[in-house]
Amino acid sequence: MEALRMTNISKNFGQVKALNRAEIVVNKGEIHSLLGENGAGKTTLMKILYGIHQEDEGQIFLNGQKVTISSPKEAISLGINMVFQHFMLIPNLTVMENIILGKEEAKMGVLSYGESRKKVMELSERLGLKIRPDMKVEDIPVGEKQRVEIIKALFRGAEILILDEPTAVLTPQEVTELFKVLKALKAENKTIIIITHKLKETMAIADNVTVLRNGKTQGVIEAKKATPEILAQMMVGRSVMLEVEKDKVEKGQVILEAKNLSLGNNLKNISFKLHEGEILGFAGVEGNGQTELLETLVGLQMPTSGDILYNKQNIINHSVKERLIMGIGFIPEDRNDRGLISNFNIWQNCILGYQDRYQKNGILNLSAIYKESKKLVDRYQIKTEGIFSPTSSLSGGNAQKLLVGRVFYHSPQVLIIAHPTRGVDVGAIEYLHQEILAMRAQGKAIILVSADLDEIKQLSDRIAVLYEGSIVVEGSAHSFSEEELGIYMAGGALKESKVVGS
Amino acid sequence: MKFWKKAANLVLRFVLALVASGIILYLSGYSPLKAYKAMFWGAISNWDGIALSLVQATPLIFTGLAVAFANNCGIFNIGGEGQLYLGAIAAGIIGAFLPSMPHFLHLFLALAGGAVVGGLWASIAAWLKVKANANEVIITIMLNNISILLCSYLVNYVFKAPGPVPQTPEVQPSASLSRLGTGTQLSTALFLGVLLVFAVWFILYRTKVGYEIRAVGANPRAAAAAGINVPGMMTLALFLSGSLAGLGGASQVLGLHGRFIQGFSPGYGFDGIAVAILGGNSPIGVLFSALLFGLMRAGGMVLDRTTKIPVDFVLIIQAAIILFVAAPDIFKSLKGGVKGARSVAK
Ligand SMILES: Nc1ncnc2c1ncn2[C@@H]1O[C@H](COP(=O)(O)OP(=O)(O)O)[C@@H](O)[C@H]1O
Ligand SMILES: [Mg+2]
Repeated sequence: MEALRMTNISKNFGQVKALNRAEIVVNKGEIHSLLGENGAGKTTLMKILYGIHQEDEGQIFLNGQKVTISSPKEAISLGINMVFQHFMLIPNLTVMENIILGKEEAKMGVLSYGESRKKVMELSERLGLKIRPDMKVEDIPVGEKQRVEIIKALFRGAEILILDEPTAVLTPQEVTELFKVLKALKAENKTIIIITHKLKETMAIADNVTVLRNGKTQGVIEAKKATPEILAQMMVGRSVMLEVEKDKVEKGQVILEAKNLSLGNNLKNISFKLHEGEILGFAGVEGNGQTELLETLVGLQMPTSGDILYNKQNIINHSVKERLIMGIGFIPEDRNDRGLISNFNIWQNCILGYQDRYQKNGILNLSAIYKESKKLVDRYQIKTEGIFSPTSSLSGGNAQKLLVGRVFYHSPQVLIIAHPTRGVDVGAIEYLHQEILAMRAQGKAIILVSADLDEIKQLSDRIAVLYEGSIVVEGSAHSFSEEELGIYMAGGALKESKVVGS
Repeated sequence: MKFWKKAANLVLRFVLALVASGIILYLSGYSPLKAYKAMFWGAISNWDGIALSLVQATPLIFTGLAVAFANNCGIFNIGGEGQLYLGAIAAGIIGAFLPSMPHFLHLFLALAGGAVVGGLWASIAAWLKVKANANEVIITIMLNNISILLCSYLVNYVFKAPGPVPQTPEVQPSASLSRLGTGTQLSTALFLGVLLVFAVWFILYRTKVGYEIRAVGANPRAAAAAGINVPGMMTLALFLSGSLAGLGGASQVLGLHGRFIQGFSPGYGFDGIAVAILGGNSPIGVLFSALLFGLMRAGGMVLDRTTKIPVDFVLIIQAAIILFVAAPDIFKSLKGGVKGARSVAK
């Protein structure tokens, strides 16, 4: 039976056509994946369903009845609920207070949680959604916050539950847990729409998939009949290489070595060796010392103890600039924070950090800068009107290509790379992965931090897992399964001690 | 396209400011049209008016450049007034008390003295910002009072010329900026100001240091990650900003008054903020907005002479212009400052 039909939905934000006659049809009691690249319009489409945005044109049918939804309140009364990418909980209230908020019962004017509490706990147990009802929300981890959001939605009587990129904040184990919950909900005949841009997840959980591209529905496909290649093609509009081919590269000598690096509580006794022609991947849930480790390596933070050797020379007292000149290139985790200057135009960002190479007696050599910037833009396939365009006009993928290209172009020896493909579309991911491997093939030594386990596994020669500021395990990339990495990332150790080759 | 949109927006805001102050004038019983005519026509219709406008614009070029320069590094320098005072008194002392020497040397020393003293004074704020992450807005405001009072002390007790007026002795001719003709107050200070406009433009847009200063101003965290010495650039930018304001004071002393006089500035340093923001923090923009402000000041003086409308009316127009034209941007940059975009990035 058809639970939801949205047809011909269009929505403009000023000049931006977020949705252009998009369609989605969802059956009662199914898990439906809404798949598309960043900016495809997935969130916007669902926000229209949830009454946050109003469609410019188009119709919405619930159980065959035409409806108009002008506010989330109306949506909730129609049994539609949405869990956002950024949670909407109130940090200094307890879990239970957050869930009940808006549906409080009162006995003679006094709040009483009795009935509701029972109902909530019953929900939690039945679906395996573990929560601690009396903890303050600000003190619980992200995974639990998400469970709270889901219970809150169900408590309000959700029949259609929308989840916006729910796995983005979870470890692989938590993803598995979440999927179990979704299946339990499905068994209770709830309808679930899960927004994602990850192919594997879609294949694993969904019954049907609707693919959006540029605000248009590209098609609907039964998950059983889909392959990652088909879905990627629908998402991007051309065929995409999902698995990167990794050539064998002869490892060179050790070029970068960390010895017992510690930084307050953030880093504890980190030691590793990095060879030329090698990619060392750091896996870990975000916030376990990745940022601090990279910033310590490039000189933005001073470790409390320990040494960093570059070509056997201790560089612990060298400035960021000195390390950069020595050949340590840095691609920071957030391109808008430490990576690019959004108010600058493209050529100005092309030379950032390398401006010393484009000057004579302190005066910028503009003709050389323009020439090299044009080459850089061509070389790294950055789609832009030209080097004089503002950097803020670039799409996420092209901005990331600019950031990566800037560092690669100036031929570093060691690359410190964080989240190279975050918020970037599938096509650009493919391209960036190839470029990273090309650097490896040239004998560059690479440190890679990523929240994306697939990325780490695909690119790295060796993997180290960071947990609470320590390396809990290190070994060759193919010696770990995804599950094992997940366990280490969550702070657990494997039951049998495992011999990891290097 | 974007440029024209911006320009149209600016003109619209400017017209709104004139309308708003016109309404106030009308409600006070004067004819706004007559007032505007007397004012603008008086300031541009004859050589005297034009000269007066340029004289009034000259110090604003310096202080506007000072504020704009610091702003390019993400620093809000409200201390222009204090830096201007110290630059003025330094130039006055060097100009009056040094033994006689060749013209260019003496003039150079007096100007350089004003620039260095103004720059060093501003560097106090830079130092506190870098060392203690103090907010430069508050520091520079407080330094204003200290410096103006310090100048009062110096001119009343240490370097006072004989007579009832608190002023330093007259600057020797060898240290003066020459007048552009007899009977005019215009001096080569104007040329110095215009020269500085181009110098500042060159530094900001054509040199490596300028590039780094603007990188720090636009995104200090990205600048730090690119190996740029963020505290160093902030200190340098504030020093140069203070130097520009100091030069403004020095040029008033050496070109216009011929000596340091207590209370000589009617707030040039503060007007520099409005000038810089109206000029979009670009050196060329500062030149034009300084000319506009100078024109209004001169127009106000004409108004005072030729009509019954009180000269204070010009202050109302200025206030309206600041409110309509510059305040939105001031507010934006203040908000940015508070949010910590301007704190010293690690
Ligand atoms: N509130 C908004 N104002 C302006 N533009 C928006 C807004 N929300 C989304 N957009 C734009 O609409 C497009 C689709 O965005 P979104 O629905 O968030 O995509 P997705 O969730 O698929 O990544 C993007 O280009 C985005 O920048
Ligand atoms: Mg989205």
